[in-house]
Amino acid sequence: MARYILRRIGWTVVLLALVSAVTFVIFYALPSADPAVLRAGRQASPELVAQIRARLGLDDPLVVQYWTYMKDVVLHFDFGFSYQSGESVRAAIVSRLPATISMTVGALVIWLATALPIGVISAIRRRSLLDRVTMTGALLAISAPVYWLALVALYLFASDIGVIPIFDGANTYVGITQDPVQWFASLLLPWLVLAAGFSAFYARLLRANLVEVMGEDYIRTARAKGLPERRVVWRHGVRAAITPIVTVLGLDIGVLLGGSILTESVFNIPGVGRYAYDAIRTADLPAIQGTVLFAAFFIVVANLVVDIAYAFLDPRVRYG
Amino acid sequence: MTAAAPLLRVEDLRVHFDTDDGTVRAVDGISYELQRGRVLGIVGESGSGKSVSSLAIMGLVDGERARISGRVEFGGRDLLALDPEAMRAVRGNEIAMIFQDPLSSLHPFHRVGDQLAEAVRAHRDVSRAQARARALELLELVGIPDARRRMDGYAHELSGGMRQRVMIAMALVNEPALLIADEPTTALDVTVQAQILDLVGRLKDELGMAVVIITHDLGIVAETADEIAVMYAGRIVEHAPVARIFGAPEHPYTWGLLASIPRLDAPRGEELVPIPGTPPSLLGLPRGCAFAPRCPYAQPRHHEVDPRAEPVPGDPAHVVACLLEPAQRRRLWAALRTPERA
Amino acid sequence: MTGDALVEVRDLVKHFPAGGGAARRGAGVVHAVDGVSFDVRAGETLGIVGESGCGKTTTARLMLRLVDPTAGSIAFAGEDITHLSGGRLKALRRDMQMVFQDPYSSLNPRQSIGAILAEPFAIHGLARGEGERRRAVQELMEQVGLNPEHYNRYPHEFSGGQRQRIGVARAIALRPRLVVADEPVSALDVSIQAQILNLLRALQRDLGLTIVFIAHDLAVVRHMCDRIAVMYLGKIVELATADELYARPRHPYTAALLSAVPVPDPAAKGRVRQILGGDLPSPTDPPPGCRFHTRCPRAVPGHCDVVEPALEAQAAGGAAACHYPLGA
Repeated sequence: MARYILRRIGWTVVLLALVSAVTFVIFYALPSADPAVLRAGRQASPELVAQIRARLGLDDPLVVQYWTYMKDVVLHFDFGFSYQSGESVRAAIVSRLPATISMTVGALVIWLATALPIGVISAIRRRSLLDRVTMTGALLAISAPVYWLALVALYLFASDIGVIPIFDGANTYVGITQDPVQWFASLLLPWLVLAAGFSAFYARLLRANLVEVMGEDYIRTARAKGLPERRVVWRHGVRAAITPIVTVLGLDIGVLLGGSILTESVFNIPGVGRYAYDAIRTADLPAIQGTVLFAAFFIVVANLVVDIAYAFLDPRVRYG
Repeated sequence: MTAAAPLLRVEDLRVHFDTDDGTVRAVDGISYELQRGRVLGIVGESGSGKSVSSLAIMGLVDGERARISGRVEFGGRDLLALDPEAMRAVRGNEIAMIFQDPLSSLHPFHRVGDQLAEAVRAHRDVSRAQARARALELLELVGIPDARRRMDGYAHELSGGMRQRVMIAMALVNEPALLIADEPTTALDVTVQAQILDLVGRLKDELGMAVVIITHDLGIVAETADEIAVMYAGRIVEHAPVARIFGAPEHPYTWGLLASIPRLDAPRGEELVPIPGTPPSLLGLPRGCAFAPRCPYAQPRHHEVDPRAEPVPGDPAHVVACLLEPAQRRRLWAALRTPERA
Repeated sequence: MTGDALVEVRDLVKHFPAGGGAARRGAGVVHAVDGVSFDVRAGETLGIVGESGCGKTTTARLMLRLVDPTAGSIAFAGEDITHLSGGRLKALRRDMQMVFQDPYSSLNPRQSIGAILAEPFAIHGLARGEGERRRAVQELMEQVGLNPEHYNRYPHEFSGGQRQRIGVARAIALRPRLVVADEPVSALDVSIQAQILNLLRALQRDLGLTIVFIAHDLAVVRHMCDRIAVMYLGKIVELATADELYARPRHPYTAALLSAVPVPDPAAKGRVRQILGGDLPSPTDPPPGCRFHTRCPRAVPGHCDVVEPALEAQAAGGAAACHYPLGA
């Protein structure tokens, strides 16, 4: 197993290097606008632009630029400076990470707490009214684009503009260290919106897996032993059905940590996603590059964690 | 039959499934008795209802679309009338069952020892440690080498024969009075099969269990069973002590089975006589004798009238469901027997 | 009805890498077939029996060149086919065919049986034209006992026994010289098995087929085969005529195998049975010397666990690979 992990870490490094190289080529070699012009701002003189070009090393060969960039990233953890604000990209991302983590964790808790029971009950009572209602509802929740859902949620429930003002609306986020109560209140609606689609998906996935597992021979054996049905369903059924869900869960967490751009934007939560959205809007190349690398890192690490977790969940899987 | 009350008495057991295409009469009125310590072999091919009938006794038939009727008397109660909780207390405790494929029948993610201990604690109020000790005891009893280490292992780490031994251990952990074995060796190699059948035989004697062994292999029942019930299309067509089934069978289906299998104890060049046609679909069984379409001796009347299980004249222990006259059957059988097998 | 050797197999070896990509560590190799030599005589039915992991199915696939051997040679009708490829291999397929075990998974569910049976003709450019092909297929169907009117039906509309007939029809479509039947009746009900076995014998008579019959059911093999090879862990341990093998087995494993087969005669209940102890050794790590010595009641330490016995001719005909054969 140790060998496997080492091998995978090696591949992780290679993958991240590849992602950064591709991003680099896209943004610096094929830009839609000259980075120096973007940095210089409006009505910049040609001399200023040329000066900036020299300072940023934009006339150097692409490979050199890439090498310089990667050296800074790897050795100094320096992702450059934002064209818009001049702020260190690393500092910007790190300061916004707590908000994104808050979003992710809260939504995660809600969607698991809802999807697991619903998935299990729907599987056990197949074709019941509950099953049909929840699965149809789930289909709707999955189909709805998250930003649409967010806007509708605000329209219906936001304390400032909503029809039934019960939740805090957009622009109300504060950090947990500042005001825990407000932090919590401001995240309720975003959590629910973000969790909706995932909850629906996981409920359907669990239902499908569990239905299949409950038809397996070892479930029949468990019943033949005279075990209580609840134990059969949870310790034997759900235990077997949950492994693919853990895999998907790890990957979803990895993706979410990279920033849920749409939700953060609609609710104006200062997370990494919002930062990425602003960066894209203003063609702030270092910031874009930084957020892409961060997101890639989380996804790749999540992949590795999930694969290792799988080996613990399923003893038939052994890595060497 | 002995005068003592039977351990198990099945009366007119029926299991019908309602499907979109109609009613599938998987088990269509079977009745038999089993005494303590005896081995009943249920022989049949696919679609005969042999497995479903035993699952119904255990209460393991999918209840939603199944209609089960009849009586199953065990330990003074009708098992079919018990509420689910009471039946649960019987399963794995007084009646245990082992299945065909031991790899898929054991949970892939739980340790072997845990699965056994779980079976103990479902029916006995003991501590975890005591349950584990009992599990170890059973693993050693069934001949698992290095049992202590195997307790913490998983099913996929064992060979097919070892897995079936684990299943047997799990079934016997609460010393049931009745063991139902549904094709226990079909998925195993023949030398392993011999080991397993030998094991079951020994344990049966040690624990004084009754055994129902379900199989399609006439050789297995000849060597392990005291009596044999032959099933076809959801019914028992013949039920007799083992010597009678092979020495003086009364039903044309039984004759057909015996004639169609190659045997090590018959001359090599002997032609196999297959039973023509195919086993019937249980959906919309024709009226009359279910075997009539394939029976070389069927008469028009046989397609109209349902045969009832009746004792053979002079031998109350031998029951057959056939519309042919007993004397006629005897003549036919005498003609079928080849001189070498006399 | 035996004649010259149609197939000659010499020192055939097939090793598979064990587990994913373990080849580079060298330790994990499955010795599926480990030095097997025999002839298949024209017109005979040769049986290969053994339990799981003995290599019988792999041997069959090697013979048909469905799998490439690691070492050794195979000759068909005098021609070395070990390294044949491309067009020559395809031409060879007309002469050697296989009937598979599982009638439920060996037929493409999306093709009508007419299409399935027409394929061999199409592949080898025979029976050109819609009408001629249809006639050829219907003739084939009749020959295996199927109703030619069912030309357009799909596999799921047939029973297991009928599907196996389709499998047989597919195999004999082009009148091959050799048919390898890999457990052709194991997945069928007992009353249907006899139908298929009788069909195979009839076809052998009518078409002059040579059949290699692989099975684990010893009674079936004895019924069908003229000569029988018994395999254990990738080696042939005994090769003899059916009469000899069953009456006077020479190899202890053969004896144990025969002893283990339940006989449908209750009088046999009291017979002395040899219950083979232990478990099958792993094919990735076969025992040294005679592979059977770990379970053999006659094994002699110092000899059987050191020197591997060769398949040697025995006094009464047949051959066994044993240092201390039975009845010697």
